[in-house]
Amino acid sequence: MSLELLSGSVAITRAAITAGCRFFAGYPMSPFTGLLEAMSRELGPAGGTCINAESEIEGVNMTIGAAAAGARAATGSCGQGIALMQEAIAEGALNETPFVVFNMARNQQDYFQCTRGGGWGDYRTITLAPKDIHEAVEHTQLLFHLADLHRAPTILYGDPLLAQTLVGVDVQPLELDPLPAKDWALDGSLSGTGRSRQVWTWAMGKATDPGLGPDGHWRAVAEKFDRIAEQEQRHEAIAVEDADTVVVAFGSAAKFAEHVVEELRAEGHRIGLFRPITLWPFPGAALAEATRRARRVLVFELNAGQMLDDVRQWAHDRDTVRFVGGVSIGESGLDYGPLLDVPVIKQRVLAALDLEPARS
Amino acid sequence: MTQRTTLDLVDTSGPPTAPSTEVASAHPSLILGEHSLCPGCGEPVALRLILETLQELGVVQRSIGVVGHGCYGSFVRIMDIDVLQCLHGRAPSCATGIKRVRPDSVVFTMQGDGDMVNEGLQEVLHTAARGENVTCILLNNGVFGDTGGQQTATTVLGQRTKTSLEGRAAAEHGYPIPISDLVASLQGVGYVARGAVSTPGGVAQTKRMLRRAFESQLAGEGLSLVEILTMCPTGWFVPASEGPGYQSESMETVYGIGELVSRRGEQS
Ligand code: SF4
Repeated sequence: MSLELLSGSVAITRAAITAGCRFFAGYPMSPFTGLLEAMSRELGPAGGTCINAESEIEGVNMTIGAAAAGARAATGSCGQGIALMQEAIAEGALNETPFVVFNMARNQQDYFQCTRGGGWGDYRTITLAPKDIHEAVEHTQLLFHLADLHRAPTILYGDPLLAQTLVGVDVQPLELDPLPAKDWALDGSLSGTGRSRQVWTWAMGKATDPGLGPDGHWRAVAEKFDRIAEQEQRHEAIAVEDADTVVVAFGSAAKFAEHVVEELRAEGHRIGLFRPITLWPFPGAALAEATRRARRVLVFELNAGQMLDDVRQWAHDRDTVRFVGGVSIGESGLDYGPLLDVPVIKQRVLAALDLEPARS
Repeated sequence: MTQRTTLDLVDTSGPPTAPSTEVASAHPSLILGEHSLCPGCGEPVALRLILETLQELGVVQRSIGVVGHGCYGSFVRIMDIDVLQCLHGRAPSCATGIKRVRPDSVVFTMQGDGDMVNEGLQEVLHTAARGENVTCILLNNGVFGDTGGQQTATTVLGQRTKTSLEGRAAAEHGYPIPISDLVASLQGVGYVARGAVSTPGGVAQTKRMLRRAFESQLAGEGLSLVEILTMCPTGWFVPASEGPGYQSESMETVYGIGELVSRRGEQS
């Protein structure tokens, strides 16, 4: 094991290359920019291509092309840029091209965007929200694997802390199950044989070999996402077995919340943490189980309460759910504001426990 | 006389009992079935020229097509070529991704004028400026044919469409965009030409342009673009038989036919 001091952006780039990513296209937007810069430095020497695309729309469509031709490919941006990509992410989900989208977001206000999408059609996007850079290195590799396994775009939901913090990290390849061959990928080799391939949202097949057509194809895609929803839920539950209070948080905010929970545990409170690792599929059954004995379920996220919807839907008793997070944006607009602070989170949790009044 | 008598004996009261060998062999083997486009449409002619060219160049089994949205989108079903059908306007970006990861493939896009010049103007210009080694084919009929004859960015002044009922007027609708001229002005292009399929001579000339465009890609000269003016009698609201004449009198007088850039033989 050899640790190297790397920013999250560089660590994620190394993890993507380790996973076999050989095509990347993106358009600069902070705090995603560092990832694009790292890709432009490191992908070429690794035998790949990184394009500084002229817009997010071009970047994501280049990525669809590379993925349709069978390469492991990725793109990225943050909130507003991802919004421009949503049409193509939906297209990728419906025409079944696998690629990874790195949302190095400015904050946690992209939860709906990642989990609900903004494109057309019956699709979802597998979204992983790492709590730190070490986990992001694993998630990056896992997302390429899941994209290929399910033939669907996947999203890494990062943030400024993940993109810009430096840590000692050792990027090691994950051991993952073998994947089926990409016999659907376009390489031209079957052109002119009567068996040529198509990657097409409408899947109407060739005149000599009709495909499923839109109805059959879109039903199959919907069923696939139902299966993914069952299979791919991931979560972490800390000290929830005897907890009468469960804090729910994701991403970087969960790391802060975890620290608060540890402090309060040490002070004798029966409190635990539930962290959805997959934001979609949301680990609903696990949350229901984790909150079965809780009298309070406190949601801490740095937005106006987006994951709150999912927690209310899945908590064992929705009447126990309280929101203790909120919108919190730094002066620059490019990172978090004052709510992402252990003493602040602790005070909010204590206030919700009715042990100390809130002062913020 | 004997000859004439023999010819007169051919029974033309019904279809031939066996298909003519000559006709069968003239049918491009890369076309898998009947197209569903309107009578008099120019796009099937263009498709046939593209596919014949790939066959003649011997590159079929490394050819990948990227098709946008428009009436020609249904060609995905009848082209015996690996195809990605992509979002409206985005074909040059998708082609970029394909070509970058499969540099030995022959990648072409097929787009209409609404696709390339309206929604996808940025894509084709940047792809040309980057010098991507792909061939873009524009089927330009000056209207949104698929949606029933609305004005596009290439509709010529004076042309009546469903969204310019009194004819396109510059004061109200702006001027048409001569996309090939724009693309030709950029570095990064190897070949740019504009042809038309309204006459037999135009068809033959367009075929030569397509061949040169693909040869340019094979030589690695950068983006090649062939704009093909095609008839859309349905979208123009003229009888099918009048489509070629209408096209000659309207579009072909505005958009010059010929090669705009040809780098073949130049030392790079
Ligand atoms: S509407 Fe126009 S472009 Fe479309 S098939 Fe008919 S003639 Fe061709």
